[in-house]
Amino acid sequence: MRVVRMLLPVVVLAAGIASWELVVRVNDIPPYVLPGPSAVFQTLVSDWPVLSQSLLVTLLTTLEGFAAAAFGGIALALVFNQSKWLEYSLFPYAVILQVTPVIAIAPLLLIYLSQQSAVIVCAWIVGFFPVLSNTTLGLNSVDRNLAGLFRLYGASRIQTLAYLKLPSALPFILGGLRIAGGLSLIGAVVAEIAAGSAGAGSGLAYRIAESGYRLNIARMFAALLLLSAAGIVIYVLLALTSHLVLRRWHESALGKDN
Amino acid sequence: MVESAALSEAVSRAEGLAVSLRGVTKVYDSGVTALGPFDLDVNKGEFVSLLGPSGCGKSTALRLIAGLSAPTSGSVGISKPAGRARPGHSIGFVFQEPTLMPWTSVRENVRLPLKLAHAPAAEANACIDAALTQVGLTEFADAYPRELSGGMKMRVSLARALVTDPDILLMDEPFAALDEITRFRLNNDLLALWRNLRKTIIFVTHSVFESVYLSQRVIVMTPRPGRLGAQFRIDTLEPRGEDFRTSAEYAGYCRKVSGALAPEKPGS
Repeated sequence: MRVVRMLLPVVVLAAGIASWELVVRVNDIPPYVLPGPSAVFQTLVSDWPVLSQSLLVTLLTTLEGFAAAAFGGIALALVFNQSKWLEYSLFPYAVILQVTPVIAIAPLLLIYLSQQSAVIVCAWIVGFFPVLSNTTLGLNSVDRNLAGLFRLYGASRIQTLAYLKLPSALPFILGGLRIAGGLSLIGAVVAEIAAGSAGAGSGLAYRIAESGYRLNIARMFAALLLLSAAGIVIYVLLALTSHLVLRRWHESALGKDN
Repeated sequence: MVESAALSEAVSRAEGLAVSLRGVTKVYDSGVTALGPFDLDVNKGEFVSLLGPSGCGKSTALRLIAGLSAPTSGSVGISKPAGRARPGHSIGFVFQEPTLMPWTSVRENVRLPLKLAHAPAAEANACIDAALTQVGLTEFADAYPRELSGGMKMRVSLARALVTDPDILLMDEPFAALDEITRFRLNNDLLALWRNLRKTIIFVTHSVFESVYLSQRVIVMTPRPGRLGAQFRIDTLEPRGEDFRTSAEYAGYCRKVSGALAPEKPGS
């Protein structure tokens, strides 16, 4: 059963690629309209020096955006948790930042910030909110009796935060980070696309835009493939981290038998 | 501020008392009067049970004694711990649920009160080992709460309450969620601990049988708002054991206490 479950998506992928290749060959579609998978793969290999360089740039941007989102989201949640007034004053703006489409903010940011920082800010804007809201939820989900116990033993605010609230919130924080990882990539790509016409970028999204102008469709597909792969790797890494951290105690990481 | 003035007065007045409540009431924000007025004196080293129906305010009384909530009126007096700097540590509290931190080991859970008090590591480790030995969990020091049975989790909770060597142990229906076999075992272990350590224990329960088996004095509380309904002194041959549990004397006490608890015969 498990093997079948693992095999099915692979079979679907193989069938999809095969029929794509078949359609291109049978209809003799020119590569500037729709390249076959073999052509895409060829481009991936032949353009690897350019593409890998761009992949590195995009990954670095994503990483910086993710770090900013993680740090900013957790820090803001901690501040909100310590002061209700700050939470009431600032939380609506966090929501506004979240619900305004980042693609619409990106061109503005590019006017006022250097391209490098604008891209990171975009990645941060889309990434920080899930971290903020999940961490806030986690910090507020502390066991009532445990909180009473900490009060009984005269725990300071810092002790309560370090020994009780943060560990309680950890599963929530990790869940938020998992979402933020994928979103940071999206933020980085959106900003690169927006900046693309300015021509100074060199990330994968910029390659996609540039290849589009040159009708190098195969390279567009190859760059897209790398972006998807990057997203999957980011997700798997974060899920793995979450599993390793929680596996000894949290329900979500335990097997059904436990 | 009325409380603290009354507190020192209550303490100086009664040297042999561990806990002294005078006219204590608790009214919640919702307007519900949960407790009182309630008077209670507990001698040092005494094992007292608070018995009553659900919602009679017995848990509220315990939280007031622990300082987890403040009384609406009246005074709560706690005896000053002998030669200890931190008064909070003269009280150990065991909740109905084990209330353990799931993210860390048994040893670290038991360490918590000492860690919060910034106790030196070597001293803390000795205290932890002693507490774990007292509840018979030495082998499980490195296990996580998830890996333990309900009874064992409760033992960890008990060890954590004992690790600061408190003068007063407050227990809020600690064994209510356990199966009967485990509960009997823990009852016997608790009695042994009390005999050895001679702590003052205030034990909240809704089980007549448990209260009679464990305590020197059973205090029956009235339904909400909780007041003192009746008191029974359980005078029997110590140490108590399974013989007592099956004796006619035990059955007799249980009948008397049950009678006081029944609504048609208030305060026998």
